[in-house]
Amino acid sequence: MVGKLGLIIKREYLAKVRNRSFIVMTILSPLLIVGMIVLIAYLTKINSNEVRVVSVLNESSFFQKEFKPTKGTSYVHMDGLTLEEAKDSTNALGYDGLLYLPNEKDVEQVAKSAYLYTKDNPNTNVIQQLESVFQKQLRQDRLERLGVSSDQFSRVEQPFDLQLSTFDGERSVKGINEIKAFIGGGFGYAIMMFIIIYGGFVMRSVIEEKTSRIIEVIISSVKPFQLMLGKIIGTSLAGITQFTIWLISASVLLLLAVTFLGIDLGELSGNSAMTSGAMPGMSQYAAMDSDMIMYAKEILDIPWALLIISFFIYFVLGYLIYSSIYAAIGAAVDNETDTQQFIFPIILPLMLAIYVGFFSVFSNPHGPIAVGFSLFPLTSPIVMLMRLPGGVGEGGVPLWQLLSSIGLLILTFLGIVSLASRIYKVGILMYGKKPSYKELVKWLRYK
Amino acid sequence: MRLMLGDQYLIFFFIAIFFPSLIFFKGGFLFLWDRGLIDQIHIFEKIVYMDHILVAKNVSKTYGNYTALSNISLNIPKNCIYGLLGPNGAGKTSFIRIINQIIYQDSGEILFDGEPLAPKHISLIGYLPEERGLYKSMKVGEQALYLARLKGLSKTEAKTRLKYWFDRLDIGDWWNKKVQELSKGMAQKVQFIVTVLHQPKLLIFDEPFSGFDPINANLIKDEILQLKEQGTSIIFSTHRMESVEELCEYIALIHKSEKILDGKLSDIKKAYKNNIFNVGLHVQHNEEALMKTLEEKFNIMAPKFDGTEHQLDFKIQLPSEQTAGILAELSSMANVNRFEETIPSANDIFIQTVNNKDNGR
Repeated sequence: MVGKLGLIIKREYLAKVRNRSFIVMTILSPLLIVGMIVLIAYLTKINSNEVRVVSVLNESSFFQKEFKPTKGTSYVHMDGLTLEEAKDSTNALGYDGLLYLPNEKDVEQVAKSAYLYTKDNPNTNVIQQLESVFQKQLRQDRLERLGVSSDQFSRVEQPFDLQLSTFDGERSVKGINEIKAFIGGGFGYAIMMFIIIYGGFVMRSVIEEKTSRIIEVIISSVKPFQLMLGKIIGTSLAGITQFTIWLISASVLLLLAVTFLGIDLGELSGNSAMTSGAMPGMSQYAAMDSDMIMYAKEILDIPWALLIISFFIYFVLGYLIYSSIYAAIGAAVDNETDTQQFIFPIILPLMLAIYVGFFSVFSNPHGPIAVGFSLFPLTSPIVMLMRLPGGVGEGGVPLWQLLSSIGLLILTFLGIVSLASRIYKVGILMYGKKPSYKELVKWLRYK
Repeated sequence: MRLMLGDQYLIFFFIAIFFPSLIFFKGGFLFLWDRGLIDQIHIFEKIVYMDHILVAKNVSKTYGNYTALSNISLNIPKNCIYGLLGPNGAGKTSFIRIINQIIYQDSGEILFDGEPLAPKHISLIGYLPEERGLYKSMKVGEQALYLARLKGLSKTEAKTRLKYWFDRLDIGDWWNKKVQELSKGMAQKVQFIVTVLHQPKLLIFDEPFSGFDPINANLIKDEILQLKEQGTSIIFSTHRMESVEELCEYIALIHKSEKILDGKLSDIKKAYKNNIFNVGLHVQHNEEALMKTLEEKFNIMAPKFDGTEHQLDFKIQLPSEQTAGILAELSSMANVNRFEETIPSANDIFIQTVNNKDNGR
C-alpha cells in the first residue's frame, strides 16, 4: 500500500514538474522578481538624485538666508524682477515653482501673504520643505519676541529621542516590533501564497482526472484516499522544488545584480521602509551605527529555530487542510469554471488572516484579536507565525496558546481531511451536474 | 438413566485428568476447536462455491433515497463469460463498482473465489470501466507502466508484459507517443492492455466495444475469447445484445435495481421459446384454398405469398414441441422447403422481460 502511495506521489510530482507552464514559471519568476527589485531600486535611486529647483522672489526684508539648498531642493533667487517677469522666467527656465514673498512690515504678514506658484500640482516634498522653513522662522521670531535669544532657541530645537528598554534592562530600539511582525508576516504570507497556488494545482489535477475519465481506472487499483493524499503530497513536493529553485536562483541573480550594477541594497531597504509607512521611525534611526548594531542584535535575538520549526508545522498542517478542501472541490465539479462558488469561502479565511495580521497583529501582537485568530485553525497558520517572532513565553506568545493552536489545527486537520475525502470519494464518480452545498452534505453520509 | 459405579469412576477419572489439562491447555484447545470449526465452515462454503468465481448474496445499495441495487443475488461460474445486462441506470455499474471495492454495499455479502471479498482481491480483478480515459499529457508507455504497477506488478515484469501486449496488438511504436496524439480507438487498445496485463482471475468489461471500429472490435473480441480459453472468468456488462449472443454463456438481467432474470443463456432461450415455427411451402396451384384449410386447422401468423416463385411463407404456433404430426400434414399438402423453430434472440428476451416487468406482470 505504501508502495502504491509512493507511485502516485512520483507520478503527480513528475506530471507537475514536466509541465511546460511549470517550467516556464519556474524560470521566469525569479527573473521577473529580480527585474522588479532592480527596477524599483533604480527608480528610487533616480528619484533621490533628482533635485527640485524653486525660484524665490523675495521682496521683503525677511527670509534672506533661510532658503538654503538641501538634498532634494535648491533655490534660485530672483531679485529685482516683478512678479510677472519672475513667473515668466521661472517657466522659461523650467524650474519647479516660484515662491513669492511680498514686501510686508513683519514676518507674520510676509509668511501669511507668501505664495508658491507652480505649473501644475506641486510636489509634496517641496511644500513640506518650504513649510518647515517658514515654521522654523516663525517659531524663532515668536519666541524672540517673548525674550528667547537665538542661542537659546537653537538649544530648544535640539532633537530628542526617547530611550527604550525592556523590563530586563536591555536597551531596545524603535520599530523592532514592526520588523518582527514583518518577518512573521513574510512567513505567513508565504504559507498563504503556497496554499492558494498549489491548492489550485491539486484541484486542477483532480478535475483533469475527472474530465479525462481515468479516475475509475485508477481507483479500481487504489483507494481514493490514497490517490488524494498522493496527489496532495506530490504537488506540494513539486511546489517545494519550485520554491527552492526560486530561492537559489533569485539570490544568485540578486547577488549578480548587486555586484555588477552597483545598486545599494541598504538604500533600497531604507526607502521601502519609509514608503511603506509602517515603520516611520526606521529610516531616521537606521543610519545611526549604534542602533544598527542594536537592530542586528534584535534580529539575531528572534527565535529563528522556533520560528522555522513552527513554520514547518503550520505550513504542513495548513497546506494539508486547505489542499484537501481544494481536492474535494475539484472532485465535486466537472470543470474549472464551476469552482468559483466553492473557492471563495476557502480564500476568505486566508485573506482575513492576512488582513487581521497586517492591521491588528503588527500593532498589538498579543491583543485579543491576535490571540483569537491565532487559535482559530483556518487562520492560525498565518496569524500565529506573525506573532511568533516575539518568542514564546514571557513577552511573547504564551506556551499554552502555541500548543492549543497546534492542537486545534491537528484536530481540524483530521476532521477536514476525513470530510474532504468523503466528498472526494463520491465526487470523482459523479459526472454531469454541478452539486449544491446541500448535495455535498448528503454525500458526506454515503458509505 | 442411572450410571453404574464403574461409569462414575470413569467420569471422575475423566474430570480429574481431563479438566485440569483442559484448563492448562485451554488456549490451545479452544484454538484448535475454533480453527477446526472455521475450517469446516470454509470447506463447506468452498464446496458450494468452488466452481464460482463470484457469489453475491442479497446485495443492496442505496444512495440517499435512490436505490441502486436491491437484494441482488448472483452466482458467476468460473471460466465463463457472464453477461450483465440491463437498461441504462439499472444498477450494473453500481454492482461492478462494489466488486471492485470502489464503493461498498449497504447489506449483503460477496464471495470472491469462495472467500469474502477483501482488498487483497483487487490485484486479482481487472476492470475496464465504461467511463474510461488516460492522462492526456503522459506518454503511452509510461502511463501503461504506471497503471500496471498500481495493480502490483514489478517494474521489470510490467515492462516485459507490456512489450508482449504492445506487439500483440500491433501498437509497439506508440510507446513514446503522448495520449493526446492518439485516436479514441487507439487509446481504447491501451486501456484494454492495462486491464488484462496483470493476468487477473476475474475480468470485468463494461461496454468494451464502444469506441472501436468493427475491425478492432473484432480483434478485442477474439482477445477476450482467448483470455477465456486461458481460464479467466469474465463479466461482460453491456446493452449491445448482438455481442451478448456471440460471447456470453450465462446472463443476468438487472432492471431498476432488481435482478429479474439470470441463468445459462441456452436455458433461458429454451424457457422463452414458444413453439413458433417458420414454415415455407412451395405451392404449384390453388394456394388460396390451401391457406384456408391451414388457417382453419392451425394458428397461422404473418402469411406471405410470392406468386412468381409460388412460395408461401408463414409462422405457425404449435401447442407443444412435437412436430411430427404437423410435418406429415404439411408435406401431404405441399412441398415443405423450410421448417425451423424460432428461437428468441437475447434482444427479444431483454425487451420482453423488461416490458413485462414494467407492466407489472
